[in-house]
Amino acid sequence: MAAVVIRQLGRGWRGVRCSIAAGARRPLSASHAVHQQQFTSLDEKPQFPGASADFVDRLEFLQPNVISGIPIYRVMDRQGQIMNPDEDPKLPKEMVLKFYQKMTLLNTMDRILYESQRQGRISFYMTNYGEEGTHIGSAAALEPDDLVFGQYREAGVLMYRGLSLELFMAQCYASASDVGKGRQMPVHYGSKDLHFVTISSPLATQIPQAVGAAYAYKISQADRAVICYFGEGAASEGDAHAGFNFSATLECPIIFFCRNNGYAISTPTHEQYRGDGIAARGPGYGIISIRVDGNDVFAVYNATKEARRRAVAENQPFLIEAMTYRIGHHSTSDDSSAYRSVDEVNYWDKQDHPISRLRHYMVNKGWWDEEQEKAWRKQSRKRVMEAFEEAERELKPKVDYLFTDVYEEMPVLLQKQQEALQRHLKMYGEHYPMDHYEK
Amino acid sequence: MAAVGGLWLRGAVGSSRSRLARAALTAPAAAAAAAVGSRRSVAHFTFVPDQEPTQYGPTQKMNLFQSITSGLDNVLANDPTAVIFGEDVAFGGVFRCTVGLRDKYGKERVFNTPLCEQGIVGFGIGIAVTGAKAIAEIQFADYIFPAFDQIINEAAKYRYRSGNLFDCGSLTIRAPWGCVGHGALYHSQSPEAFFSHIPGVKVVIPRSPIQAKGLLLSCIEDKNPCIFFEPKILYRAAVEQVPVEAYQIPLSEAEVLQEGNDVTLVAWGTQVHVMKEVASMAQEKLGVSCEVIDLKTILPWDAETICKSVVKTGRLLISHEAPITGGFAAEISSTVQEECFLNLEAPISRVCGYDTPFPHIFEPFYIPDKWKCFDAVRKMINY
Repeated sequence: MAAVVIRQLGRGWRGVRCSIAAGARRPLSASHAVHQQQFTSLDEKPQFPGASADFVDRLEFLQPNVISGIPIYRVMDRQGQIMNPDEDPKLPKEMVLKFYQKMTLLNTMDRILYESQRQGRISFYMTNYGEEGTHIGSAAALEPDDLVFGQYREAGVLMYRGLSLELFMAQCYASASDVGKGRQMPVHYGSKDLHFVTISSPLATQIPQAVGAAYAYKISQADRAVICYFGEGAASEGDAHAGFNFSATLECPIIFFCRNNGYAISTPTHEQYRGDGIAARGPGYGIISIRVDGNDVFAVYNATKEARRRAVAENQPFLIEAMTYRIGHHSTSDDSSAYRSVDEVNYWDKQDHPISRLRHYMVNKGWWDEEQEKAWRKQSRKRVMEAFEEAERELKPKVDYLFTDVYEEMPVLLQKQQEALQRHLKMYGEHYPMDHYEK
Repeated sequence: MAAVGGLWLRGAVGSSRSRLARAALTAPAAAAAAAVGSRRSVAHFTFVPDQEPTQYGPTQKMNLFQSITSGLDNVLANDPTAVIFGEDVAFGGVFRCTVGLRDKYGKERVFNTPLCEQGIVGFGIGIAVTGAKAIAEIQFADYIFPAFDQIINEAAKYRYRSGNLFDCGSLTIRAPWGCVGHGALYHSQSPEAFFSHIPGVKVVIPRSPIQAKGLLLSCIEDKNPCIFFEPKILYRAAVEQVPVEAYQIPLSEAEVLQEGNDVTLVAWGTQVHVMKEVASMAQEKLGVSCEVIDLKTILPWDAETICKSVVKTGRLLISHEAPITGGFAAEISSTVQEECFLNLEAPISRVCGYDTPFPHIFEPFYIPDKWKCFDAVRKMINY
């Protein structure tokens, strides 16, 4: 039934686009004629401006289908075997190795920073366990200058684009090397060079913003796409509705990438929504949509690649819902055993993990073995530890950064407040952690 | 929600106000009489045009909505990245501020959005993040609240939180503002104080067509997200000779409109015209010399000009349409008290809207009109 709904909506969408195209070339009356030719089976045709549809003479409510939902696209099985050779992206060995190394490097960084928070060395952290495949697979399918708007659990995108471990650490430690000047909580990364818009805590606010950026790219004919990541919980926010609807009506080259990992902190998805996940909402907005196995890096890659190609060529939005499982706690301020079982978590960690699945694939190909695995683990751990220790040794940014960048220039009243703090610290500096900050 | 209001006011304002505007075009002083004729209460202010500015080239007679269109026209002509969007802007806007722009600059640069304020501001931020100029319209300031989160948590903090890696400085949000005679709860609000508590945005309110164009162009060129409130009661009622070419009036600078020695009167938007009349009444009836100041920019505001004036006069009256508690007059009052304690000869007086929602039929009793302000001056002088 859901499939039927989508086919119907799909037809409506094409109908609308077709009439727009026709309208651009012909006078209005001709476009009406084109519109009507689709419906020849009834003498009386609906003329309502709000929808293109036939009349029916039987009362029938449209049923949502949540039992047999939109299918989950998969390229390789849990043992890393390609299921349908036609769908194999046939990526070269170096690229697949890069996928694997970026995913595992992120995993290593997660473990070390999670521990460092437990020891009170950083104030907060959020791991990416179980969702590494969604980050790497999608990032690899983009052009390097496609603009990324994220939520907060997409560090792998930055990892793939080459953000240095030093800058990840500097942000979490709010050290003087942090490009964000130590103002935001840990994991709120941003990189101008890597076209990754700085993360903010309010959920879903980035969604309509990403649409605006995509619109600007469209009218400047930049041939660039925008990708916007968000969780299934964030998709409940009003801003998600705003973003989806604007992207369709304003025809923007954007990929909405939803990480459906089953939980928003403690809230399971059946308390988040009652439809067929997030993917099923796309067609309601006239957005071409797909659901993929988020633990299958190739499925994520293929879907993103095709969505990117068409979004830019056709100036229209795409929605990808990647089904995954949040293996770690929501954050370091959360103990997920309070609301879900260890068995459930273990299944995803041991039986169906994006990293182990790709490792199977590489071993099957003869591209990876136990020796290489050991050496890489050792090497990546060493690199992370080095960056970690360096960040910890660094001073914090100078206190003046408390006041700059509020506006582009510093207003008079703010200058006075800055001077007041400076005077205060001259007198009472001994009561403040002055030694930890750059002068 | 906004569209309903828009249609409603389009009907009401479109007819009665256009009569008013025609009257104003021929004889500004007759405006009040025309309003009486339409069985509405007498306008609570009298608009007196400023002198024709000569330094910016040729001028044209424009009302406030036309001066906004003229400013937007200049921007679209000079900056190919600039776009204008919002609810119903394509056909010219429910207050006619965007008339003709779509035909002149194309539907990709002047376009309707879906009816969703949080979307409009979020979308505008996104455009500005790429460096393009985004001029968003919220149909009434009353309907800006759904976008509050995008303005406070996002637009205002974009530059700061990213360490200046990203910003949305090229975003301007315009919105019709203030009372209109019969707008009731949701077509009358003056929400500037809510925004005055948000470091990172600028909030600007003009008093006239000349000011509107110059301040709007400054907002659009400013490197910070700006909210520009347009007093909708002036859209048709206020007519001046406005320069045709682009020009800017600096932000964060108050203007002393009339010098005086006994009392400082501070206001913004339409209320400036009320204050000018109060100053005449005070001179005439009490022999009191008032200094009238238009604040223009609510945030970051020009405390220096206000304090300098109060040091001279020793008395301060602040007036705004918005409710008194938590209104921006409170901020001005406490700052002046801190800076000018030794010069103050009477308590600072605030004449504002009452702490109620903005009512329909009781509007004449609600607004801080010239008689309420005059009485405050009288009491202050006799203190």
